[in-house]
Amino acid sequence: MDNWTFGWTLALIGMSGTMFVLWILSLLILLIRKVFPYRPEEAAAKKS
Amino acid sequence: MESALLSGVQGLFLGVLNLGPGHVIMILVGSLLLYLGIAKGYEPLLLVPIGFGAILVNIPLSEMMAEGGFIRFFYDVGVRTEVFPLLIFIGIGAMTDFQPLLENPKIILLGAAGQFGIFITLLLALAVGFDKLDAVAVSIIGACDGPTAIYVSSKFAPHMLGAVSVAAYSYMALVPLIQPPIIRALTTQKERMIVMGAVKQPISKTTKIMFPIVVTVFASILAPKGAPLIGTIMLGNLMKESGAVDRLKRASENEIANIVTLLLGLCIGATMEADKFLRAQTLLVLALGFIAISLDTAVGVLFGKLMSLLTGGKVNPLIGAAGISAFPMAARVVQAEGQKYNKKNYLLMHAMSANAGGQIGSVIAAAVMLSVLQGMGIVGG
Repeated sequence: MDNWTFGWTLALIGMSGTMFVLWILSLLILLIRKVFPYRPEEAAAKKS
Repeated sequence: MESALLSGVQGLFLGVLNLGPGHVIMILVGSLLLYLGIAKGYEPLLLVPIGFGAILVNIPLSEMMAEGGFIRFFYDVGVRTEVFPLLIFIGIGAMTDFQPLLENPKIILLGAAGQFGIFITLLLALAVGFDKLDAVAVSIIGACDGPTAIYVSSKFAPHMLGAVSVAAYSYMALVPLIQPPIIRALTTQKERMIVMGAVKQPISKTTKIMFPIVVTVFASILAPKGAPLIGTIMLGNLMKESGAVDRLKRASENEIANIVTLLLGLCIGATMEADKFLRAQTLLVLALGFIAISLDTAVGVLFGKLMSLLTGGKVNPLIGAAGISAFPMAARVVQAEGQKYNKKNYLLMHAMSANAGGQIGSVIAAAVMLSVLQGMGIVGG
């Protein structure tokens, strides 16, 4: 594989792959937040 | 008797007799790193051991990096095996609070844009004649993350470890000088004055505990070659958030991180032997590293502008500059820049979200890179 094919392939997949993984992570964070919502009792427990 | 005396005296001067101009230059370079670390306060935890290591290894006949040498031992054990940067990652994970990111997860995308400099620099490095794996090692300076840069360069281009590490840590320390002109050049005064409302989204403890587990499993399945990087930073964070292993968490962020930082710094400094470091290639590495971090900032800000446009002006594009891994320096730069144009503008928490996203982003970018390299058959499985 020549250097340019290598470079463009890695750059394009790298940029889109990083963006894709982080986008999915942002959705997963929203999902976890929904599944495990904050309950006011936690704050009360923290204070006590 | 006379010849014995002569030989003995000669032995005393062997160091002087073997001292070349390269050694002298590198001892001065090591001294400069010590000056930057001690007098200027630029990343002293790394630059002091690196600078001292550079001095030690350039003392003629000291044989610090020869087989069985004092620093060579630590190099073989911790750098060649890639263990040291991973141990540091556990400490970083234990010190990092991802709460701002959990409160505002869409900001994590700025952490992806902040890594684009890596990939653009890869193309530039190939254009100026670096071979494939050397170009990968140079471009990873754009991760703006010392341990990631060390991990990748020690894996693919160990001969460039010294130059890549020094560039990574030096430019990270110079973020407050590098970023503001780029931020100002790419934004209008009106954009810089955008006020972002506070995000008050309480996060449950379970969410904080689940986050590192989910990130590890999901991201490692997508980019398995990066599992050591992702896994170690998330292990540290899990220990922090779980609250169940306080002793391990404290050891990770203090004793382990401190010992490894010292040894890692010495080892990096010891790779800066005159005959390996004093090359035109080193200057190219330093130049490309600077370009990489500048491009990270530029693409981050441009992505911030795009988010601002898509949200009808609710996002201040300045926070895009914080989508790099230099934590929390980049966030502080954004806060300071925002306040210059609007005293009532408090961008810090938003910038912290982007900065935490940048920390994850840099690790993910490296992981994606390693996995793509494996997929392309450039590196073994």
